[in-house]
Amino acid sequence: MTSQFGEGDSVQVRLAFPPGHIRTPFYARGKPGVVESYVGNFSNPEELAFGHKDGAKLPLYRVRFRQLDLWPDYQGPEHDSAVLDLYEHWLEPLRAKS
Amino acid sequence: MSDGVHDHDHDHSRTFQPDIEDTPYSTHQLMAEAVERLLIEKGVFTTEALRRQIEIQDSRTPSQGAALVAKAWVDPSFRQHLLDDVNAAADAVGVPAGDIPIRAVENTADLHNVIVCTLCSCYPRQLIGLPPDWYKSRAYRSRMVHEPRAVLAEFGTEIANNIEVRVHDSTADLRFIVLPMRPDGTEQMSEADLAALVSRDCMIGVSVPKGRTA
Amino acid sequence: MAHQRAVHDMGGLEAGSVDAAGHDHAPWEKKIDAIRNLLSQQNYFGVDELRRAIEALGPGVYDDLSYYERWTAAVTRLLQEKGVITTDELGRMMALVEREWQEARKS
Repeated sequence: MTSQFGEGDSVQVRLAFPPGHIRTPFYARGKPGVVESYVGNFSNPEELAFGHKDGAKLPLYRVRFRQLDLWPDYQGPEHDSAVLDLYEHWLEPLRAKS
Repeated sequence: MSDGVHDHDHDHSRTFQPDIEDTPYSTHQLMAEAVERLLIEKGVFTTEALRRQIEIQDSRTPSQGAALVAKAWVDPSFRQHLLDDVNAAADAVGVPAGDIPIRAVENTADLHNVIVCTLCSCYPRQLIGLPPDWYKSRAYRSRMVHEPRAVLAEFGTEIANNIEVRVHDSTADLRFIVLPMRPDGTEQMSEADLAALVSRDCMIGVSVPKGRTA
Repeated sequence: MAHQRAVHDMGGLEAGSVDAAGHDHAPWEKKIDAIRNLLSQQNYFGVDELRRAIEALGPGVYDDLSYYERWTAAVTRLLQEKGVITTDELGRMMALVEREWQEARKS
């Protein structure tokens, strides 16, 4: 599987709330970030959680977020950031504002 | 509290539990004991294998990570190796780091890194041992990603506003250690003395190493 | 529609100050950690299943139990689900252990 995103790509975390074992934190859903690096391909924890080991591996990315984008009430300078490790199926290209 | 384990009688699956003699035990402590005995009875593992596994876990301490940090401070090519691949770099100097990929994130004059796992308690256990209770607490997991500077201040760590605070939430297959900056005034120190400056908390990022006092 | 977050997914929630006091791990805690490790090494279940089982404990139970109590509950449930131990075996062994520990207290 080829990775869809590259370093520096602007992405948005999908706004979805499935039940089950999810490794995309609630606070990041729907938020915009930038791909810092592609880590590699790994088995999907959502499926491993139910003992399904044979599914396709997914690209994993380190995605950096501005804290001001994550939290409307963030107390700190604008250059503060958070980096989350997110699987590709949770990311979509960031829609440019029209 | 004694942590010795010895046979109470001829039944080698029984273990003396001095910690339960006087203090209340919980249902789950009972459950853990029952599970242990059943699994040994069924041959899933032996008492010896269990003892050995505990020994292995006990052997993993922050000093292993501190040794890598100190080496990175004195040896630029090791520093680069560490930043590229902690597991391989550790292995190259005979420090066991396990199979789970660990990433080192480097502090600089402009950047302070700190690690959290908001979803559970992911931590580079196979390199530096078990995480402290506070790392696994609701307070730390809830607040570090949202108000890192306030939480750092609770640990006595103030980061100037011109320095970026970067929080790493260990959400997937990587684990993280912080590679702190070498304190000023340590140029004459041996690698072993440098390692002594690097606490577990410095490698989580809630503290920074202090130079030797005059 | 307001979405609910799962009980374990706590990044960003309000909470009190961080209590830096720790505790030495009790022998039973180290043991369940080691048991989990051995079971994982032998491919009975992986860390993702363990996490899922912990998360499924649900609100209330999740916060009422200590960290290793949650592990114990999850490991036990997974062993039951996978047929490594039966519920009956578990109940009988827990009753046996409880009798022993009560006797030990009396003596």
